[in-house]
Amino acid sequence: MPTFVWLTVMTALRVLGRNRLRAGLTLLGIVIGVGAVIAMVSIGEGAKQAVQKQIATMGTNVIMVWPAATSVGGVRGAQGGAVTLTVADAVDLKKKIPLLSDTAWMKRDILQVVNGHRNGNSPVNGVSPSYLSIRDWTFSKGGSFTQADMDSAALVALLGQSVVDELFDPGEEPLGAIIRIRNVPLRVIGVLSPKGQSTYGQDQDDVVFIPFTTAERKVFGTPFLGSVGGLYAATDQAEDMPEAVELIREVMRSRHRLQTDQPDDFTIRTQVELGKVQEDTSQTLTVMLMAIASVSLLVGGIGIMNILLVSVTERTREIGVRMAVGAKRAHILIQFLIEAMTLSVVGGCIGILLGVLSARLTTVIAGWPTIISGDTVATAFGFSIAVGLFFGLYPANKAARLNPIDALRYE
Amino acid sequence: MSALIICEDIWKIYRVGDVEVQALRGLNLAIRQGEFIAIMGSSGSGKSTLMNILGCLDQPTKGQYRLNGIDVGHLPPDRLAEIRNQQIGFVFQSFNLIPRTSALENAQLPLFYRGLSLKEQRFLASAALQRVGLGGREHHSPTQLSGGQQQRVAIARALVTSPSLLLADEPTGNLDTQSSQEIMEILEELNREGITVILVTHEADIAAYASREIVIKDGQILSDRMTKGRSQVVEA
Ligand SMILES: Nc1ncnc2c1ncn2[C@@H]1O[C@H](COP(=O)(O)OP(=O)(O)OP(=O)(O)O)[C@@H](O)[C@H]1O
Ligand SMILES: [Mg+2]
Repeated sequence: MPTFVWLTVMTALRVLGRNRLRAGLTLLGIVIGVGAVIAMVSIGEGAKQAVQKQIATMGTNVIMVWPAATSVGGVRGAQGGAVTLTVADAVDLKKKIPLLSDTAWMKRDILQVVNGHRNGNSPVNGVSPSYLSIRDWTFSKGGSFTQADMDSAALVALLGQSVVDELFDPGEEPLGAIIRIRNVPLRVIGVLSPKGQSTYGQDQDDVVFIPFTTAERKVFGTPFLGSVGGLYAATDQAEDMPEAVELIREVMRSRHRLQTDQPDDFTIRTQVELGKVQEDTSQTLTVMLMAIASVSLLVGGIGIMNILLVSVTERTREIGVRMAVGAKRAHILIQFLIEAMTLSVVGGCIGILLGVLSARLTTVIAGWPTIISGDTVATAFGFSIAVGLFFGLYPANKAARLNPIDALRYE
Repeated sequence: MSALIICEDIWKIYRVGDVEVQALRGLNLAIRQGEFIAIMGSSGSGKSTLMNILGCLDQPTKGQYRLNGIDVGHLPPDRLAEIRNQQIGFVFQSFNLIPRTSALENAQLPLFYRGLSLKEQRFLASAALQRVGLGGREHHSPTQLSGGQQQRVAIARALVTSPSLLLADEPTGNLDTQSSQEIMEILEELNREGITVILVTHEADIAAYASREIVIKDGQILSDRMTKGRSQVVEA
């Protein structure tokens, strides 16, 4: 049997090689189908991974609590909302929920930041020291402020890379420099490693961090001490997140003395939920891709079926001869199935090559990230074999059912 | 001497629309191992129909056909294919070589379906080609060979499996006198080696190679006589 299959594949290749133009045109459907799928899946995967990376920059296992009616992207709007969240909430959450590894709080305002004659408007965040570790900020220069800085409302600041780029000349040392916000002099003690754009397209590196106490007492000028724009909590294990969210909700409701029929006056979000929005988008993309793939593979398959029917008719006499010298039905069936699969596999391989090439080109020319996974290639390959098998079955069966004499007599 | 072929009351009826064509009408025939038979008769008398039945390409509408003691009349198609592969070699008027395929590969074909290794296939097929005088032409395709040479490839393909029966339906019908004689000499030699040869022909000088001449008319045997033949029938 292996000899038979191998020789049949060789014969199939020779038959195809003989009618190169015809085979080529037949392959086109499969080539385009498989190529398009590979290219688009690579681009889709690339985009998905980029989004996941961005979501990861928010920190791992982070739970965010915002005042109610504040939209997901609306941290910035929090200071205008009702004052419902406080430092005391954060401290109490940490105390009452052992599941939480840490809690943090922050308050944000967009203010003018000045360095000598240069200035720009940037989000200024007053944060607890724990905020930086929860949100996974790291330092390219210097380091974070301490609890002591927090207690003494020290005049220190941490700058995002974009702020450094805007306020400092190239080569100018930001560490130790004195910047001014609302005319309050602050010494730069750390520069943050860049995080890039957020999922919403904001520049996450356009940011200044100062101790929360410094912000509320010396820079922002808050009328009500202890109010925060948002609370943050983290768990050590990802699987603890849902339970932690429920516990936070309970503690917050009891702290805010909400009756059972009253809605929450706060909103809880996790980065898992934020990621879901993106996942839904990529799901839509995947469905569309599947539709495109199905249509082109269908067209390619019909092409193969058509060319095989022609081939069976053209080679009726040959089939008769083969039967006369002892070919069984299965032999004829397998021969034409192998021809069909050879066609579709050759088409699939060219398609894979073309798809990989266009994905690479997309990366080079448009700068989009693309990921070509072995899974994608293997699936595309498998599909081309399946298409050949499925659409080859009818013509092959037709050939195998020929009566030897009728086939031999065929003109 | 054993009976290779026994036909008893063979009928073959074709139906084309409402018309019934009785191609064979109660034909009886016994052929022994090692015979060299020429079947003659006018066009449409049923010679090819008979050959197809003898070659297990077709089955009789009625009657019994035994080949080597096996009643092949009611065997399934795959079993018939096996019998054709193991016991029968065909030579057709129109050569019926597979186009754009070398002489060697054409001669290999029956062995291919027997599932032999490529090495064995090549070895046996090139020996068969040698035997029909085509050594050195293994890699010629049918279009690169003359009619006579093509028919010799077809004979090589028929004998490569060492069949007990070789059927040739007008093997020289498309050939000139010279080539016809060469083909007949090959068949004669194969017969001398013990293969039963049945050939259909319209020409008396071709029939003269055989040792038994059967004339068919309207699907029945008109005459069946032993001729001297050009050689003696080998007693097996
Ligand atoms: N497939 C078929 N369908 C219908 N009728 C057929 C078929 N094959 C043969 N016949 C008829 O059967 C009869 C015998 O045909 P056959 O081919 O056996 O003749 P033949 O003796 O070989 O003639 P020739 O010398 O011309 O080859 C003819 O009348 C022919 O028309
Ligand atoms: Mg005939």
